[in-house]
Amino acid sequence: MWLWFHKLSSPPYAYRIAGMLRPWLLWPALLLMAVAAYGGLVLSPPDYQQKDAFRIIYVHVPSASLSLMVYVAMAIAAAVGVIWRIKLAHAFAAACAPMGAWFTVLTLATGSIYGKPMWGTWWEWDPRLTSELIQLFLYLGYMALRSSFDETQRADRASAILAIVGVVNVPIVKYSVVWWNSLHQGPSISKLDSPSIDSSMLWPLLLMMLAFVLYFAAVMCDRIRTEILKRERNASWLIENVTES
Amino acid sequence: MPGLLQLAMLVVGRDLKLALRHWDQAIQPLIFFVVVTTLFPLAISPELAELRRISAGVVWVAAMLASLLALESLFRTDVEDGTMEQWTLAGQPLSLMLLSKTITHWLLAGLPIVLMSPIVGTALGMPQSAWGALAGSLALGTGCLSVLGAIGTALTVAVRRGNVLLALLVLPLEMPVLIFGARAVDLSMHGEPVAGPLNLLAAMLLLFLSLGPFAMASAMRISVEN
Repeated sequence: MWLWFHKLSSPPYAYRIAGMLRPWLLWPALLLMAVAAYGGLVLSPPDYQQKDAFRIIYVHVPSASLSLMVYVAMAIAAAVGVIWRIKLAHAFAAACAPMGAWFTVLTLATGSIYGKPMWGTWWEWDPRLTSELIQLFLYLGYMALRSSFDETQRADRASAILAIVGVVNVPIVKYSVVWWNSLHQGPSISKLDSPSIDSSMLWPLLLMMLAFVLYFAAVMCDRIRTEILKRERNASWLIENVTES
Repeated sequence: MPGLLQLAMLVVGRDLKLALRHWDQAIQPLIFFVVVTTLFPLAISPELAELRRISAGVVWVAAMLASLLALESLFRTDVEDGTMEQWTLAGQPLSLMLLSKTITHWLLAGLPIVLMSPIVGTALGMPQSAWGALAGSLALGTGCLSVLGAIGTALTVAVRRGNVLLALLVLPLEMPVLIFGARAVDLSMHGEPVAGPLNLLAAMLLLFLSLGPFAMASAMRISVEN
């Protein structure tokens, strides 16, 4: 296990593994996405209150959960990078941030598209929307800090500290926003909380979540390879590799 | 070898002395705080009834911005003249020294705002009954802001044009403090108990005080190494 871990932290090995894994993640992801989209958009019945508009949850919910999951993954990678001084973990964290930011943007966009017919407004200061917006600010801050250093190593370690501080703060932000909102306005919160969800609507959602996770992993394989290429551009193994192929 | 408390006192004393020699610079955050709160009546309405509704938020946002503004000078001179580099090599706990500097930051940029806040609040139509909650929430809250801000400053001190970046990093992290702080003032203006948000602010302050210095120290080590 440890041996494998150490091996994985070497760039040439990780570069190869990521390249090998990518098709095994991407094609299942696309397949599952197609199945889940068919299940969600065609097979599952329209909601008795929200009609067909609820179907946006098949994009909204998976991207919302990924926007959080990616942040946690990024912070864990950053912590691993700081504690054991593994460069590849930093590369992973760097590759995570824009993906996470995009999932957050996607969540916000689908949320407000959903909000227009449901609540009659594009933007509501709903706790979830608000905390998602703050999440986006955290991603943007992380990326801004990273880009403001010229040296990769310093950028890695400085942004790692920010990611760790951020992940400690994320639950506080979540709960404070929920609490803030529950005191100011009641009704809009319960609109998102459907009491229970029928299994014909649930399975496409779960499948779509799995598809999103796989898709994220597949894109990460590409991104991490790019990141390795950028960081190791002068390394001899890479030059050998390129001249071979 | 000085003891830890003595070390902290030394750092606080030195920074206070430096600040008092440039007292006209040290009071800038306070002036900024008053100026920003003056903008709101001009922009919204001179009617006290209308201002009263938003007064808690206005005072809190202004305090947050003033604290942010004062962060700029927190570590910069020490990093530029090499003092900070000496500190990282000194063998004394860097986290404690940075925490002491943060405490000085609070004494200079937090405490004056806390003391000034009842006056500003009254000018915005806040009833006298809310003074306690206002000063209390600001006292706890600006402490949180100082610690979070010091982490952000330690990260960005070596960066060119770091102050916009600093705001971008620190403000999202500070939002919970703003929520609880403004909420406490709002509750007390409506005559409701304020213990809940104040307790939460105190809990956050303790959390930040206990974990923050380590983040500050490791951030500072990255910033000064070359």
